[in-house]
Amino acid sequence: MSDARNSILTRLRATRDAHPPTPPASDFAPIEAKQWAAEERLPRIRRLMEAVHTEFLDATKADWPQVLREFLAREGVGSLLYAPGTEAGKQLVEGGERGPIPTLIPYDRPLEDLKPQLFETIEAGLTTTRGAIAETGSLILWPTAEEPRTLSLIPHIHIALLRTDALYDTFLQAMREQGWAQAMPTNALLVSGPSKTADIEQTLAYGVHGPKRLVVLVIHQ
Amino acid sequence: MDGNAPDFAAASRAALADPQLRGNFRRAMDGLMTKRAAQFPDAGEWHGVRALAAAVRLRALSKLPELLETLEENCTRNGITVHWAATTEEANAIALDILHKANAKLVVKGKSMVTEEMHLNAVLEKDGIEVLESDLGEYIVQLDGTMPAHIIMPAIHLNTKQIAHLFKRKIKDAESREDAAYLTDLARRVLRAKFQAADVGMSGVNAAVAETGTLCLIENEGNGRMCTTVPPVHIAFMGLEKVVEKLEDVPPVISLLPRSATGQPITTYVNMISGPRKDGEKDGPREVHLVILDNGRSSIYADPELRDTLRCIRCGACMNHCPVYTKVGGHAYEAPYPGPIGKILVPQIEGLEKRGAMPHACTMCNACVEICPVKIPIVEIMGRLRVEAVKPGGAVKDGGAKASRKESMVWSGWAAMNASPTAYRLATMAMSRLGNAAPSSLPMLKEWTNVRTKPRFAGRTLHDLARAKGIPDV
Repeated sequence: MSDARNSILTRLRATRDAHPPTPPASDFAPIEAKQWAAEERLPRIRRLMEAVHTEFLDATKADWPQVLREFLAREGVGSLLYAPGTEAGKQLVEGGERGPIPTLIPYDRPLEDLKPQLFETIEAGLTTTRGAIAETGSLILWPTAEEPRTLSLIPHIHIALLRTDALYDTFLQAMREQGWAQAMPTNALLVSGPSKTADIEQTLAYGVHGPKRLVVLVIHQ
Repeated sequence: MDGNAPDFAAASRAALADPQLRGNFRRAMDGLMTKRAAQFPDAGEWHGVRALAAAVRLRALSKLPELLETLEENCTRNGITVHWAATTEEANAIALDILHKANAKLVVKGKSMVTEEMHLNAVLEKDGIEVLESDLGEYIVQLDGTMPAHIIMPAIHLNTKQIAHLFKRKIKDAESREDAAYLTDLARRVLRAKFQAADVGMSGVNAAVAETGTLCLIENEGNGRMCTTVPPVHIAFMGLEKVVEKLEDVPPVISLLPRSATGQPITTYVNMISGPRKDGEKDGPREVHLVILDNGRSSIYADPELRDTLRCIRCGACMNHCPVYTKVGGHAYEAPYPGPIGKILVPQIEGLEKRGAMPHACTMCNACVEICPVKIPIVEIMGRLRVEAVKPGGAVKDGGAKASRKESMVWSGWAAMNASPTAYRLATMAMSRLGNAAPSSLPMLKEWTNVRTKPRFAGRTLHDLARAKGIPDV
């Protein structure tokens, strides 16, 4: 179909050059102006995300595995998929020896070998985040070889670790400060709540295809 | 849909006579307008971000051929296979070829308006491939055997009761429950099995970033992520105008699209895909294909005024605010894109012979222009298309198809009458004496009086009355 390619591009170029447009300057100031004081960001993120049924847990760097295990026990969640190669995955396995222990399933093989379990039995998935965005109440997810994409997609409950030292004002600020344009991963995501739909008569319903619950485990620094 | 030309007048009469349909749309559009307004409490912020989003789109269009080449280059470097299609037939052939090579039997699809343009589902089904729409609204519409009534909310024309009946009829073991939560959960169960089994996932593209070779998709349900993550092959379809120059151009578009569309600050998921599964990665498709479709867009691009049609980011806000759309609903247009943007886009893609009625389905109230997040001069383009429809040899496909000797004579007479004071005086005098005697069933008058009372002509003209008051003629 390279014929199509060349004829499309030739046509676009010829007609554009016949009437060259002069676009106005792109002034990003209206987005750059959106700023919140450091202490306002987390409460704002929490308020916006809770409005769409996200749940929050508070923990510290040391006790989050314990807080997580207690939550899972309280909610009767029997199985948790995690990324064994990440720092968080190691801490999860080592920490929180006291208290109830759910079945921890390492995501240590290709999706193809885990599909039936992922779709049919695994109840929850744990991921880290690269921070969150105050303007819209959004988590930044950055899946890697160690922490696959489907961890935050297929299990009914997605638990996300959020460090309070990585809170940004806007999507624009986050991508600039983290240098996204120089190194986009296979998949990057903003996640702002559990899966939802309003396709049936504008009635909001949660958990249509992705996770039914999103739990943000805030690790206060 | 193909074959016979759509008859908007007849379809809209039928829609207007359906109180259930009108009630469903009225309620939905009122809700969407209220929710959108609540997202823009600060007029300064709205104007600033809107100007930026429009500038981003205009800059992209000003460099369109170069950006498409850069996009192709960067996607290819990332491992995405890029295909070009001049027509929907070519795009369908490309899709079938990929599916055959993958030996695909089951396809799951996320929302894609471009594939509606292509009538892709019908093509795949004819080829014996099962294709399942996975956006809940699209799934409902597919089960119902109809087409989307709205580009963002495909099943907006149906209420819960109607959907409950549909599910009961079509889904095994469905209970008869008029409960959105139950129905949503039912669809979850059916579709999760399909996501797991699908050979290929398909999606649209909200914005393709030339700088990084990234495909951005926004959605609330997670079905888009399922379609683009779980099956071994992902095919994304985009109209060639969907490219933006830089990654930084995405935030202004994403800032306005969900707020304008559904009145939410952001969608649940913003999904940015920059390639297939890399060595060592455990999930994601092994192949990602991007199909770039022209289908008349390069013709739209050729005209400097009509080119603005291509700024569109497909938020659907123009539909939600359109007094015509709200009353006749999405199906009356019998087109993949209904409402104001459809009324300017579809006639340019499909031609004025088939779609000449669409630009007339507009009161020119300008509501769509006021809320358009990228400032498309929809009403100006609508006017232009009305002219193109009666002017042979213009810029638009099948221009002049609606030219009528009678109409053109009437307008010439009208122009002559208004250009000469004597003719004007004689004509208005004649109207004031004889106008009331003219029957409302006169051929051209009938179009108006069919649905309205014929106005009574005053006994004396305005000029007469003014003169009687001593106001001199100028």
